[in-house]
Amino acid sequence: MIYNEQKDDLALDCLLLAGQIMMESGAETYRVEDTMIRMAHSQNLDAQSYVTPTGIILTLGKQQKTKIISIASRITDLHKIAKVNNISRKLTLKIITLEEAYDELRLIQKTNYFLPFYLQIFMAAVSSACFLILFKGTYFDMPAAFVAGGAGYSALLFIQKLTKVKFFSEFFASFIIALSAFCAVYFGYGLEIDKIIIGAVMPLVPGVLITNAVRDMIAGHLTAGIAKGTEALLTAFSIGSGVAVVLVFI
Amino acid sequence: MDYIIQFIFSFFATASLCVIFNAPTRVIPYCGLVGALGWIIFYTTMELKMPEVTAYFLGAFVVAICAQGFARKLKTPMIVFIVSGIIPLVPGGLAYNTMRYFVEQNYALGLEMGIRAFLISGAFAMGIVFSEVIFQLFVHFVKNGITSMQSFDRNKRGQ
Repeated sequence: MIYNEQKDDLALDCLLLAGQIMMESGAETYRVEDTMIRMAHSQNLDAQSYVTPTGIILTLGKQQKTKIISIASRITDLHKIAKVNNISRKLTLKIITLEEAYDELRLIQKTNYFLPFYLQIFMAAVSSACFLILFKGTYFDMPAAFVAGGAGYSALLFIQKLTKVKFFSEFFASFIIALSAFCAVYFGYGLEIDKIIIGAVMPLVPGVLITNAVRDMIAGHLTAGIAKGTEALLTAFSIGSGVAVVLVFI
Repeated sequence: MDYIIQFIFSFFATASLCVIFNAPTRVIPYCGLVGALGWIIFYTTMELKMPEVTAYFLGAFVVAICAQGFARKLKTPMIVFIVSGIIPLVPGGLAYNTMRYFVEQNYALGLEMGIRAFLISGAFAMGIVFSEVIFQLFVHFVKNGITSMQSFDRNKRGQ
């Protein structure tokens, strides 16, 4: 009996850890719930969960304990989502035990899977230049979009590290983008300021939030869908106001 | 020729966004492919002078179909493919123009742009939903096995 209690405690911790990692990495709410329930069923436990973007409540049954975990910050880290998904699959197919799964989840939580900063900034710059062409810009503007996108994204990373306020860093990043686009046009290195700004802003667009909000709504998680939609709207608003600050002075 | 250029640039734009979102390295080319296919469908529809809402709907539809196919094949969560694939279709230009007209105090045009962006987001959402449902039905008919759409259904889950 004592052994069983310990096992239930471990299972509860393991499930919550999996849910926490996925939610913090920006997974859809219904996927988090689904993963936790699947893992519980593989251990012959009857779990119930309530998942929102800011916290998870999980119980193993009427006579069992209930635990809450709060989720403070949400970023986009698709690698962690894929990793946790993989562990849940292995646990469900009984390839690994609960203890091994918990250890691996702890390892995933600690590890930073992001590529180095300079590579991220370079990729943001490349995608800005590519988006410029997709939005019918001219090839002459490509270097300007490249520089603006890179500068904007590095500003985002820097301010994010400094202040930890997501909306402010997005505001500042789009401000930098608009400013560098304006400078490029002013000094004759660019032709269309609108196209340069739109292209360079694309890496900041809250694509994950928009997609997740929609898919959560379909799955019936209306609370989570509305919360994520609001976050996306606020992000869009801060990007827009960052650009507007520069445009007012043109 | 124009289509080839668009395809190449959308491929690289999407693939490099994947790096920012930290997708697993081995699936990045597939993410790029999903984004490029969605963009080409969108671009073709726009070139055929169809309404923009239709174009966005079809683009999102194709992106979600491809994303599900790859998710099944590579055993990776669907969100990895869909997130990066959908980004080129986000009506960034319209949102930008909305904001720009408001800044210039041209509220009538700003509202027009805003409503267009709003309708497009609706088309977007419907494209994702429809393709998901249709794909699951298709797989269900072909295999008659367990589909992940059942994970949407709370009552059947885990049985």
